[in-house]
Amino acid sequence: MTTITTTNPVLTATGVTMRFGGLTAVRSVDLAVHPGEIVGLIGPNGAGKTTFFNCLTGLYVPTEGTVSYKGSVLPPKPHLVTQAGVARTFQNIRLFANMTVLENVLVGRHTRTREGLWSALLRGPGFKRAEAASKERAMELLEFTGLADKADHLSRNLPYGEQRKLEIARALASDPGLLLLDEPTAGMNPQETRATEELVFAIRDKGTAVLVIEHDMRFIFNLCDRVAVLVQGQKLVEGTSDVVQSDERVVAAYLGTPFEGDPGEAEAAEVEAAEAGAAGATGGAGLTNTTGATGDAGGTTARTEDEQ
Amino acid sequence: MSTDTTKNTARNTGAASRTTLLRALTAAGGLAGVFSTFLAWTWTAEFPGDLTVYGYPGGLQLLTLVLALITTAFAGAALGIRGLRWLTPAGSTMALRGAALGTFATTWFTVIAIAVDLDGLVNLEPGGFVAALATAIPVATTFLLPDDTRPICRPKALPSWAEILIIAGAFAVGLYVLNYGIQTDADHPEPFIGYLIAVIFGALALVKSGLIARISALTTTHRSTTLVAALVTAVVFPFLQEKASFTELGVSIAIFATVALGLNIVVGLAGLLDLGYVAFLGVGAYTAALVSGATSSTIGVHFPFWAAMITGAVVSLIFGVVIGAPTLRLRGDYLAIVTLGFGEIFRITVLNLDGTSGPSVTNGPNGIPNIPPLEIFGFNFDDEHTFGGLTLDSNGNYYLLMLLVTILVVLVFSRAGNSRIGRAWVAIREDETAATAMGINGFRVKLIAFALGATLAGVAGTVWAHFQTTVVPEQYVFAGPVPPNSTFLLAAVILGGMGTIGGPLLGATLLFLIPKKLEFLQDYQLLAFGIALILLMRFRPEGIIPNRRQQLEYHETGQLDVPDDTGLPNSAVGVTKAEA
Repeated sequence: MTTITTTNPVLTATGVTMRFGGLTAVRSVDLAVHPGEIVGLIGPNGAGKTTFFNCLTGLYVPTEGTVSYKGSVLPPKPHLVTQAGVARTFQNIRLFANMTVLENVLVGRHTRTREGLWSALLRGPGFKRAEAASKERAMELLEFTGLADKADHLSRNLPYGEQRKLEIARALASDPGLLLLDEPTAGMNPQETRATEELVFAIRDKGTAVLVIEHDMRFIFNLCDRVAVLVQGQKLVEGTSDVVQSDERVVAAYLGTPFEGDPGEAEAAEVEAAEAGAAGATGGAGLTNTTGATGDAGGTTARTEDEQ
Repeated sequence: MSTDTTKNTARNTGAASRTTLLRALTAAGGLAGVFSTFLAWTWTAEFPGDLTVYGYPGGLQLLTLVLALITTAFAGAALGIRGLRWLTPAGSTMALRGAALGTFATTWFTVIAIAVDLDGLVNLEPGGFVAALATAIPVATTFLLPDDTRPICRPKALPSWAEILIIAGAFAVGLYVLNYGIQTDADHPEPFIGYLIAVIFGALALVKSGLIARISALTTTHRSTTLVAALVTAVVFPFLQEKASFTELGVSIAIFATVALGLNIVVGLAGLLDLGYVAFLGVGAYTAALVSGATSSTIGVHFPFWAAMITGAVVSLIFGVVIGAPTLRLRGDYLAIVTLGFGEIFRITVLNLDGTSGPSVTNGPNGIPNIPPLEIFGFNFDDEHTFGGLTLDSNGNYYLLMLLVTILVVLVFSRAGNSRIGRAWVAIREDETAATAMGINGFRVKLIAFALGATLAGVAGTVWAHFQTTVVPEQYVFAGPVPPNSTFLLAAVILGGMGTIGGPLLGATLLFLIPKKLEFLQDYQLLAFGIALILLMRFRPEGIIPNRRQQLEYHETGQLDVPDDTGLPNSAVGVTKAEA
């Protein structure tokens, strides 16, 4: 796992802050994604990950801070962000349910084609060429994501896992330099998660940087070159999987810190002593487990905790 | 186990012979119905249509005859008679029920109408009773028959000339049916009600039998033939009309169908609920009237028609953009309210531009009367013209002109709908947030749809003004008993089917023709509209002609991922799967 710091970043977010009235959902977050990198963004529910995504893609206008793509500041309009080269998927699948699979991907081509109303009405040779090219590119992407044989199906009729894939194919249709994936494996079984992992690697190998939000820790730590942890709107830590996994604050954020604060250290010691007395049968509850979370089994433990 | 099987087999044989018997009875009932139409049903010609003659059918008897023939033919197909089996590719029972119910309803309606209109059953000849009894038999038998609905099997390949002939025949039959409806006697509602009943049940029977699906499959394989057939059918229409008033109906239908199709771009494709669409028709009509050289026009210019048409289109376009630009940033309900407001503002403004309440432009409530007839390159639309022995009266002229406009709008709709911009419209309709995240400039794309719809309505309005020879503000209301009004247009789109070409054309035809023919409904027209729409939303929310997407949505049998009927090893697994 090598971090590339020498090249210019694809995406730079500096001091991004998002306030909704009195609530600060995201508080001055800095993040950079470099070409050819897969960056993970994790954090407990409600940490502001999706809000941060929405700030990056122009769905929200950040209260403070700027987001720039390849050096130029992104305009706060979703369609302009996509045009610039940042594509995204959604946490809750947002396909065009009553359009076919192929049409969904063709809609994704929108920014990379120019044919307007007149050319559609007049149907000149340019229009036909552009339509054919769009279709060819869309079929390529469906081939790439393994949906080619379902091109004529309504997207609503696809099984769940394939709908997720179609969302990725649709996002890739705009030829993005950076792909933002919002929980791409939510609700998937282990096999499907593995397949998604392969897909994301393949996308990276094609030269698209990826920023991914996910709760599945095994997925994240397998996949990502770098992981950033967002807790209560703030970036807690950022680094390689090992750095993040061994950071106590991350564990605390996910599992809580039961023995700090009010109960007092003396009391904690008391409880510990009492537990030690009863330890024989149950093998020690929280504490041992917490230590475990920082180790290899961290992924699963953290995930279980998070889902509750 | 073995005894069970034997019993089952015995029961099956019993059931099979019972089914055959019922089908034979249905066929016999159908034939009896056919026979009864050759008898006299009443003694006096006071009842509309000629039902007094022994020997040949007349008036409403014709409808019974046709439906009884269909019933007999379907029953023959159900009995497996060679040469008839192609009639019911999707199973015969449901089709038979439709046909039998249609025959029954039409006949009993006629018989009851005779008894009620002429005061008493005594006015019925024996033939009427024979008919009533004969048509009741198939209803009883078909409802005892088991349902044998099956997916349509791949039909035998026919030579392509035969397929083209079938398409031509289908259009000819369609034209004949439409013509029959238009030519029914407007002074008596009975023939038209009978016609409506017959058409509804007849169409139902044909749909259930799978014939309609077969024909629509043929039309998709022979697209150009279908287009030519549709065009020929439309062009031939005015030459078949005996009375000028029938052609006039045709012109009105063409105009409203065209405007409804324009609205379908806005509502059906882009999903923008526009409740003030009729105002754009008004803008086009008023523009054409003002530049027509009418004596009461406040602008003393006389544009040739092509220029008037372009002016009308451009002015409507400008209005569309001016209204759309601030309002299309709103979503959903807000847009509907703003467009509703705009429609009313247009009417009231036109009402007040009379020289006293405001500047003198539109003559206020008096409107602009005496718009001169159209003249294109010396071809006066008010005169009769004869081409090769065929005479076209004034209405015929306007009909053919309007047909050109309709073709233009159909072309615009199909080309724009099936392109990058059309996909963007549908994407916006499906999920605006996702669409913008895919790089679609939602505002811009919606404005294009709105302005395009406005322009097409404006073009139709220019012809409308000349055809009506007068424009008054009271025509352009939100809801009213006389079309055009925004509710009428929207109802036509929804009734026919959103997002299709055929839908609004059919919807506008029905909504215009039915109140015209049933004058006694006039006072209750809006009530009838409301009830019809409620029933439609309950039983067929996708409209009479669903679009391709909704067809896929409701008829998913062609999809590979539908879990049923492909390779579940045994029923036990099926049960678990269904329960899971």
